[in-house]
Amino acid sequence: MKRFFGFVRKEFIHIFRDKRTLLILFGMPIAQILIFGYVVTNEIKEARIAIYDKSKDAVTHEITDKLLSSDYFRLAKTIEDEQQIEATFEKGDVKEVIVFESDFDEKLHHEQSAQVQILLDATDANMANLLQSYTSGIINDYSRHIKVSSGNMPAIKPKPRMLFNNELKGVYMFVPGTMALILMLVTAMMTSISITREKEMGTMEVLLVSPLKSVQIIAGKVMPYVALAFLNGVAILALGYLVFDMPVHGNVVLLLGETLLYIIMALSLGIFISTVSPTQQVAMFISMFALMLPTMLLSGFIFPIENMPWPLQWLSTIIPAKYFIILIKHIMIKGTGFVFVWKETLVLLGMTAIFIGLSIKNFKIRLE
Amino acid sequence: MKTIRFLLQKEFIQILRNRTMLPLIILMPFIQLIILVNAATFDMKNIDIYVVDQDLSSTSRGLVDKFEASPFYHLEGRSFNVEDGREDLLTNEAEMILNIPEGFERDLRRKNQASLQLLINAINGNAAGLIQAYSNHIISGYNQHIAVEWTQGVAAQKQQPLEVVYSYWYNPEMNYKIYMVPGILVILVTIISLFLTAMNIVREKEMGTIEQINVTPIKKYQFIIGKLLPFLIIALFELAFGLLLGRLIFDVPIVGSLWVLFGVTVVYLLVILGFGLFLSEISDSQQQVMFVTFFFMLVFILMSGIFTPTESMPDWANKVNVINPIAYLMRIIRMILLKGSGFADIWQEFYSLLIYAFLSLGLAVWRYRKTA
Repeated sequence: MKRFFGFVRKEFIHIFRDKRTLLILFGMPIAQILIFGYVVTNEIKEARIAIYDKSKDAVTHEITDKLLSSDYFRLAKTIEDEQQIEATFEKGDVKEVIVFESDFDEKLHHEQSAQVQILLDATDANMANLLQSYTSGIINDYSRHIKVSSGNMPAIKPKPRMLFNNELKGVYMFVPGTMALILMLVTAMMTSISITREKEMGTMEVLLVSPLKSVQIIAGKVMPYVALAFLNGVAILALGYLVFDMPVHGNVVLLLGETLLYIIMALSLGIFISTVSPTQQVAMFISMFALMLPTMLLSGFIFPIENMPWPLQWLSTIIPAKYFIILIKHIMIKGTGFVFVWKETLVLLGMTAIFIGLSIKNFKIRLE
Repeated sequence: MKTIRFLLQKEFIQILRNRTMLPLIILMPFIQLIILVNAATFDMKNIDIYVVDQDLSSTSRGLVDKFEASPFYHLEGRSFNVEDGREDLLTNEAEMILNIPEGFERDLRRKNQASLQLLINAINGNAAGLIQAYSNHIISGYNQHIAVEWTQGVAAQKQQPLEVVYSYWYNPEMNYKIYMVPGILVILVTIISLFLTAMNIVREKEMGTIEQINVTPIKKYQFIIGKLLPFLIIALFELAFGLLLGRLIFDVPIVGSLWVLFGVTVVYLLVILGFGLFLSEISDSQQQVMFVTFFFMLVFILMSGIFTPTESMPDWANKVNVINPIAYLMRIIRMILLKGSGFADIWQEFYSLLIYAFLSLGLAVWRYRKTA
């Protein structure tokens, strides 16, 4: 046992000696949380629009004012003839052009109807959709306002209630997602690389002839990463809680316990990767490609899984981050207890067992 | 010239004989492209709803039918008790509860007004907003329908005085995939070129082979060209092949000039390669360089506007993006491919990248020491 602790100490010294890596290890979650909190949003704020007003009368001015006085739009350009529209879009800094037809006021008063045309740069379909609905919303509001009273029409009033997240804050999505991503990458990548490094440098053989058992060697190598990753996880939770008001409705002990389980799962995945990669480069590429983008895109972190085609929904069931994100949301936001998350816990446990089993099998072969 | 040719030959032999890395470099990006583009969608479909119809009138049933008929909704369950629905909401089996109270039809007929409740799981705020918008759309459509029916058509004449029409340019079918393909392609090309260069020199350092090169009469610039050119070629090949896949599988339009696109990409890759080289020169181990590179990658990718438009980012983020090479190419590639923007539309970004390339390569050359 004493030997083992000596070994663990050696590993800690290895890690703490590398100040640059350590700095990034702790700088990364902070940078990520801040980026997701402030930068990666789908909200429309001061979107740059152009207006082509063929009529320039009181009504069109009033509608323009209504649009620009909202926080959503900012006038970037006034267009004077048809030709300019396409050029403006191609330049790329305007996403929407609003066109008022000529004699707008007159048509509105004599023919009871006038047309507003919204042209959208739909290369980003999602953004175009949002812009369109915000713009039509404001114009329809104005339209209702000038319309003579609607008389006795039956009206159904939907009363929406946003459960669990009243203000539709993004933090509820990105704190669990960031945690899942960072913990996975930090632990799986770091362990796989540090073990492969010993193999590549030939120092693994030195370790193998030492009186330490191979299980002890591996456990000793990953121990520091458990500690670092756990600290990382706590830092992300604390940032979410303190800076972005992420609630913790459920049991904190359960939350930390599940975090630890996820870290151990990621570690065993890292060990498994190291047993199949001959060089650090390969280990890195596997962790990078097989983990980073899928964890970001197939876990429900950024894009909801329910919207994906079924082969991908099926594929997402083998992405560990998916289960962790579900767990975290349940515990933190919905405040549910273990009864609601035992299935996900079991899946993570099972994955850990599988990776460890596979690693042991592969590791033995290498020893012969 | 001859020296460079030999160096190139050496690098290519090293890359091509590595049987584990080669498939990773060549296959992985394309598998990723095909899978991930399909995953990246904000379109809502199959929203699971739970119906609590306490009115059971023909009007309320008509409304539920409308929801059921919509391709966006999928009826998950129904009962008379809201609590049952809440249970489903907690276990994620339903996304929304449509709660129609007792006396819905009666109120609508007598008071011309009735309300119903939409309980939406809003943990994903974006999705919740969309679900609400879709639901309102269905409800107001149904509202219009019964208004016309009940007033024998009087309501039909009282339409909105302002008619709003809209048209979606460049992408009338609102296909989100053609927007994501160029984005993911940029990421893949960047990952490949940045990581391969960054790890390459450190590896030689760790192995000790760099000292062998240092004692040869190879000049600084020859060494750097020999190191960068292979990765430049690999990255351009990946871009070309990726575009081909995008064209064949996802129907990505290629409206603009490919010459301009590849020209810009070469300059962009010089920035990335110089950056990778510089990082590898200041690092001591592969683990360290990988981690530092990874940090910059993640920050640059997320801020580049791949998932969310840079326009909705705060001002300081747009200032940071001035030094973010990925943001430039992300913007340019989409403009050229999807809108057919020409060089006249992107020259500013192009020259910024060019200056950037000089800086980053200059830094790499300056930092490279032939002494150990």
